Amino acid sequence: MALSTARVSQRRLANVVFVTFCVLVTAVALTALALILFSLVSQGAGGLNADVFTKSTPAAGTPGGLINAIVGSIMLCVLGMLLALIMGVLAGTWLAEYAGEGHYGSVVRFLNDVLLSAPSILVGLFVYEILVAPFKGFSGFAGAVALALLAVPVITRTTEDVLKLQPTSLREAAVALGSPFWHVVRAVLWRSATSGILTGALLAFARISGETAPLLFTALNNQFFSWNMAKPMANLPVVIFQFALTPYTDLNRLAWAGALIIAASVLTVTIIARFVSRESKPS
Amino acid sequence: MTDPAPEPLAPEIAALQPAVAEREPPAQGGTSVIAIEPDRIKIDIQNLDFFYGKSHALKSVSMSVARNAVTAMIGPSGCGKSTLLRTLNRMYGLYPGQRATGRIMFDGEDILGRVNLSLLRARIGMVFQKPTPFPMSIHDNVAFGVRLYENLSRADMHNRVEDSLRRAALWEEVKDKLHSSGLGLSGGQQQRLCVARCIAVRPEVLLLDEPTSALDPISSAKLEETVTQLKSDYTIVIVTHNLGQAARLSDYTAFMYLGELVEFGDTGSMFTKPVTSRASDYITGRFG
Repeated sequence: MALSTARVSQRRLANVVFVTFCVLVTAVALTALALILFSLVSQGAGGLNADVFTKSTPAAGTPGGLINAIVGSIMLCVLGMLLALIMGVLAGTWLAEYAGEGHYGSVVRFLNDVLLSAPSILVGLFVYEILVAPFKGFSGFAGAVALALLAVPVITRTTEDVLKLQPTSLREAAVALGSPFWHVVRAVLWRSATSGILTGALLAFARISGETAPLLFTALNNQFFSWNMAKPMANLPVVIFQFALTPYTDLNRLAWAGALIIAASVLTVTIIARFVSRESKPS
Repeated sequence: MTDPAPEPLAPEIAALQPAVAEREPPAQGGTSVIAIEPDRIKIDIQNLDFFYGKSHALKSVSMSVARNAVTAMIGPSGCGKSTLLRTLNRMYGLYPGQRATGRIMFDGEDILGRVNLSLLRARIGMVFQKPTPFPMSIHDNVAFGVRLYENLSRADMHNRVEDSLRRAALWEEVKDKLHSSGLGLSGGQQQRLCVARCIAVRPEVLLLDEPTSALDPISSAKLEETVTQLKSDYTIVIVTHNLGQAARLSDYTAFMYLGELVEFGDTGSMFTKPVTSRASDYITGRFG
């Protein structure tokens, strides 16, 4: 049998070209990421000092920090994620386990996918109309609701996908023990899908933690430290947005520090969650 | 043209061969179903038809399952064995488009009628083809079903777990790691864990759907031993592709083909003197 060496070397060449192309494209993408991280760290690290974590946002030319915005962001994100987890996990569970192939299920699924790519500024305007305008005031609650609306479709989608990956045999085995279906979902399926649901929640958290547009219309900003979610609330993205636009270098520097804090906290939360989900998996 | 030689038989069946050779040539086609004395019947299946959408998977099946005995279901793939098994605990009810007609009397109550499904399934336990441990500790796996229906003290629960694991012949292997994950066990251990989890609920009937098909020979032998020990306390129905297993374990055997129950009789005569030609051909390895 004669092997065609010409065809083999042709295939080798095609392989080399394709792999080289893949490597180059990856390098371009990673270079952009590295440049962003580099400028973020080099510009932001200089602005980090004790004041950032102890003092509230200043007027130009006076000393100050970001503590009101940091605490505000944490409160908005935590409440937003809490609302989104409840709605998203339940909706995703319904879609995966109860909706079946029915018409209503596919409509909900389609709308969720639309919401997944909705511009965040629209979500901000929507919440402005229903929670800010009627109550005649910006508030932390409205901000948390806007962030939740952005996180819900991500969590719904990943929860549905992960639950559908759980083997049918697991459901049948639990049902066969005489377990009512809601109990199967709660005690077996959710547990088995935990790391996937957690990944979805992380994606959602990463998405909302840097969102500015929806907060401009809802939580707005607050120059002072505040725990009151019924009032306007300071938050990192809006502070960064406003300070970056000012001509004052001290405020610019605080904006960079804020951006670095957001990036670092998303990274930290991601690493912790990966660690936790690996711990909970069997050896 | 000559017929190809039949495949070598499993030793259990080969031992029975002389008897097979002496029997009368069986009648073509036809069915043969023995009756079980009424007071020994645990489950009585009457004119059961089953449909997956429009496909007619079981055709007017009638047979009885005897109390405290092992009934084996054999037949080629797709003949309806597992379907029949899955009607006995209404597992098909999870899927729209699947339905059964006829009657399945279980201690005087029609399973296909209005029954509390969770209670029914607690009384009729099932072990599946592939091991299905839950993502929790070995102890919690076994306790899972018990917690649904009984409020046991910590000590009582521990005793129940230990007792179930002993009956499933798994206790010695896991007694030092009850609180580690059930997913960390080997395939054979996982399957015995599933048996333990099933009997912990104290069901009256055990349905085993090809329980050893995913296991290696040694694990299979251990599981068979477990089934033999459980026989005195439970009514067991086992679906198997392994004729040797059916011959070793069961008291009664049902042979199914294309959704019909072709022959049902006690295992001894089924494997020595099958009445129908189709059962005879299947058992001697001429088809299937």
